[in-house]
Amino acid sequence: MIRLEKRPQPSRLWTILAPVLAVLLTMFVGGLLFAALGANPFEAIRTIFWDPIFNAQFASFTRPQLLVKAAPLILIAIGLSIGFRAGIWNIGAEGQYIMGAICGAAAGLALYPSESLLIFPMMVLAGALGGWVWAMIPAILKTRFGTNEILVSLMLVYVAETILGSVATGLLRNPEGRGFPGSRNFKQWDAAHNAEIFSGTGMHWGVVFAFIAVIGAYVLLTRHILGYNIRLTGEAPRAARFSGVRPARIVLICLGLSGLLAGMAGLFEVTGPAGQISIDFNSGYGFTAIIVAFLGRLNPVGILLAGLLMALTYIGGELAQLMLGVPGASIQLFQGMLLFFLLGVDVFTNYRLRIGRREIA
Amino acid sequence: MNRRTLLSTAALALTLGFGTAAAAQDVTAGFIYVGPIGDGGWTYEHDKGRLAVEEAFGDKVKTIYQESVPEGADSERAITQMALSGADIIFTTSFGYMDPTVSVAAKFPNVKFEHATGYKTADNVSVYSARFYEGRAIQGHIAGSMTKTNKIGYIASYPIPEVIRGINSAYIHAKKVNPDVEFSVIWAFTWFDPAKEADAARALIENGADVILQHTDSTAPQAAAQAAGNVITFGQASDMGDYAPMPRVSSIIDNWAPYYIDRVQAVMDGTWETKETWDGIGPGMVGIGEISDAVPAEVKAEALALKDAIAAGDYHPFTGPLNKADGSVWLAEGEVADDSTLLGMDFYVEGITGDIPQ
Amino acid sequence: MDLSSINPILLIASIMVSATPILLAAIGEMVVEKSGVLNLGVEGMMITGAVVGFAVAVNSTSPAAGFLAAAVASALLSLAFGVLTQFLLSNQVATGLGLTLVGLGMSSLIGKPYEGIKSPTLPKLDIPVLSDIPVLGRMLFSHDLMVYLSLVLVACVWAFLKYTRAGLILRAVGESHDSAHALGYKVVRIRLLAILFGGACAGLGGAYLSLVRVPQWTEGMTAGAGWIALAIVVFASWRAGRVAIGAYLFGGVTVLQLNLQAAGADVPVALLSASPYLVTIIVLVIISALGAHGAPASLGRPFHASS
Repeated sequence: MIRLEKRPQPSRLWTILAPVLAVLLTMFVGGLLFAALGANPFEAIRTIFWDPIFNAQFASFTRPQLLVKAAPLILIAIGLSIGFRAGIWNIGAEGQYIMGAICGAAAGLALYPSESLLIFPMMVLAGALGGWVWAMIPAILKTRFGTNEILVSLMLVYVAETILGSVATGLLRNPEGRGFPGSRNFKQWDAAHNAEIFSGTGMHWGVVFAFIAVIGAYVLLTRHILGYNIRLTGEAPRAARFSGVRPARIVLICLGLSGLLAGMAGLFEVTGPAGQISIDFNSGYGFTAIIVAFLGRLNPVGILLAGLLMALTYIGGELAQLMLGVPGASIQLFQGMLLFFLLGVDVFTNYRLRIGRREIA
Repeated sequence: MNRRTLLSTAALALTLGFGTAAAAQDVTAGFIYVGPIGDGGWTYEHDKGRLAVEEAFGDKVKTIYQESVPEGADSERAITQMALSGADIIFTTSFGYMDPTVSVAAKFPNVKFEHATGYKTADNVSVYSARFYEGRAIQGHIAGSMTKTNKIGYIASYPIPEVIRGINSAYIHAKKVNPDVEFSVIWAFTWFDPAKEADAARALIENGADVILQHTDSTAPQAAAQAAGNVITFGQASDMGDYAPMPRVSSIIDNWAPYYIDRVQAVMDGTWETKETWDGIGPGMVGIGEISDAVPAEVKAEALALKDAIAAGDYHPFTGPLNKADGSVWLAEGEVADDSTLLGMDFYVEGITGDIPQ
Repeated sequence: MDLSSINPILLIASIMVSATPILLAAIGEMVVEKSGVLNLGVEGMMITGAVVGFAVAVNSTSPAAGFLAAAVASALLSLAFGVLTQFLLSNQVATGLGLTLVGLGMSSLIGKPYEGIKSPTLPKLDIPVLSDIPVLGRMLFSHDLMVYLSLVLVACVWAFLKYTRAGLILRAVGESHDSAHALGYKVVRIRLLAILFGGACAGLGGAYLSLVRVPQWTEGMTAGAGWIALAIVVFASWRAGRVAIGAYLFGGVTVLQLNLQAAGADVPVALLSASPYLVTIIVLVIISALGAHGAPASLGRPFHASS
């Protein structure tokens, strides 16, 4: 009989081996899937995992794009992971991302067409503030009334989407846009444009902040008393309360931080890669970031790698659609499988497989 | 070397490479879709156009596409990747791709770009769209003639000029044949959400509407109307002929195939140049689906006459006298609306109650 | 503002139809959560049910077969979640999200051939005597079978949890899996059964969307209904009767806002569109302010027999 036995400590070997094994398993089963869809499985897997980085035809463009795609995912996931560590489930980062973009864009557009150097930093602040305010709603409702934050933050995503549709066709609509929805394009306004810092590298300010967030979170969680309290709240809430940690404060800090980072991600996206506020500006980064956070095991370095891996499957998936004509839905399924395998294989990190009867303890 | 020159050099090398390696007239045509091919409406019709291109040119043309490309950052990358993969002409089929298309086009001067429903052109960027409001006029005529409750329900998507133009055009022509007609508009704030569209259709029917017009892409309203019984509807974007003869009595069909074939041919011949196309019933970009027998014969005859008059250019659906909803004069007797007002239309004509959401 | 054109009889009839899919999914999820498992994959299971139910109904021309197949397919999908979370002890939140991804991707692959075709739909029952009652007959007694089945299911779940021994064990497992284990109950087996039941219910809800409420198959057609079902469970403080109230309230606001627009009510459209979500938040706050919680104590925590 096969059973699991808890390891006294997580296995170091498996911490590294598990993701590799999961990716290999995904490649194998994904290959079967692509074969069933009539594509050459080896070509499909190569297109997804290899071509975005090494293909001579695309790589000079797609390699920097990996950073561009991964940056908002990492930025949001870092914020979420700190909350998840404390057992605070912010599922509504998508809404905070949208509100950050709207507030930041609105603050900038109010000063159009000023070319002051202060515009962009001010927009970043306004974006962070917008995300923070949107996250404070579930935070305050939770601390004040004990309302479940998963649901409030999630419901607020739909509210934010309605607001987005409304401002894109109304308040923030480009007055020179012939009545079409969508704001002015920030790419055509240097003072507000989140341009590449070094041309051709994909490094825009969002990428820089994503790296800063990774380092910051690492320091916070390993070197700072607040990080310790956050982890304690998640792992042993009662012990945390005995040692004087105020749960309400942790809720406000964790939700606030994740809202702040999601709002900033939204602002960097709207002023950079996206360029403008439009009806469908949001493209699910807030939800994908939840997956990234777990793929990275709520560990800052892990999240960095998970964000890059996720970006790789997105861009590789696009190339597979383009070059091999596989349907877009198969890529979604592929990503789901990757997540499943990672979660499943992870059991070996914390447990040991024992074959045979249980000894009597 | 900055990215711009790097990319255009790569593109140049590619185009040259293709020119020598393959036969000179071979063309790759790319399509960027906003929805899934199977949406049964907007993207479905564009993809039919792509398949028509394949059929027309056989081995001489290769087509590639990418579906469900979100507007925004992802679209610029998708278009760039398509250009890098060696496409000679790329059709970007949603309004939200406008700025990304123009920006990618600047990096690939040798690739031709065609953007649907936008207004920004460049040396290698053309725009094209269809005068759907011509079809709306015919729908309005049939709707106004056939309603018994004098209430017409309209499921609108987003408050943008194209949708507002459609509402106005339908209203003007319904009012002409039936002065008592009233429009009630539901803004769904979506192009495509079958459950919401079904609910909206039901809400309109329960409020007394016996004609449902829609500017959203699913057939859910047709199904709701069928369940309700004596309600008529019109196919949107595609024929939706499964619901004929009742509730679907006619339809507006987007027919992109002739345009796509024409433009790909131009690339082959080396005669492609920047163009702004806004075609209607006459050139065949807007098709009117068969008017079913549920429509009384004389109404059908009138509708067909209206269609012919519009196609021949004898009649313009926006001909004065027309006032705006606030009572101010828009068009004097006999005056015809100019295209730039139509393209940016942000007001209702007199008689439609309610506000356009801002 | 003239709201006289809104017909309350038809409005209530519409609300019942619009609430049924989320009611079905929510009552299943409530049982899952009662057993101490949080499955965030409701959306993925619903859409799988929607596509499988539609495909089977089209091929067999029997909507009943469609519903049955939908329940089985979604239960099978939920089994993947069950195996991962119960045997491999994976994180429930992440696994549930993964389930949603898989469900969305798989459903659109399965659904490709079924786009744009019509399916047989459930006939409206014409209950003798009852449906002839003026007003009430049209309002309450002229629906299809699934509307009534969903309400019967709510009653059954309520009675099961309250009065049966099995229900008591299920609740015990959800409250404290360690004590339940110590008493000799098979925690993992009980949770797996609950997960399967939740999957089947979500499948039925999805099939109701594609076979009755819309009715057709289109990619991504659940459009967030699964998340609403999750919200309603919390909203209901894990009580069966309140799940029904929550589903009807949400369905009610959704339909009412469209009716208000159709009647030309003088309220900003954006506010109306957001109203179902805003109302849910407000009611959630009121309920939590009153202090009625009742979340199962072991909700979302992994169980391992040796720990």
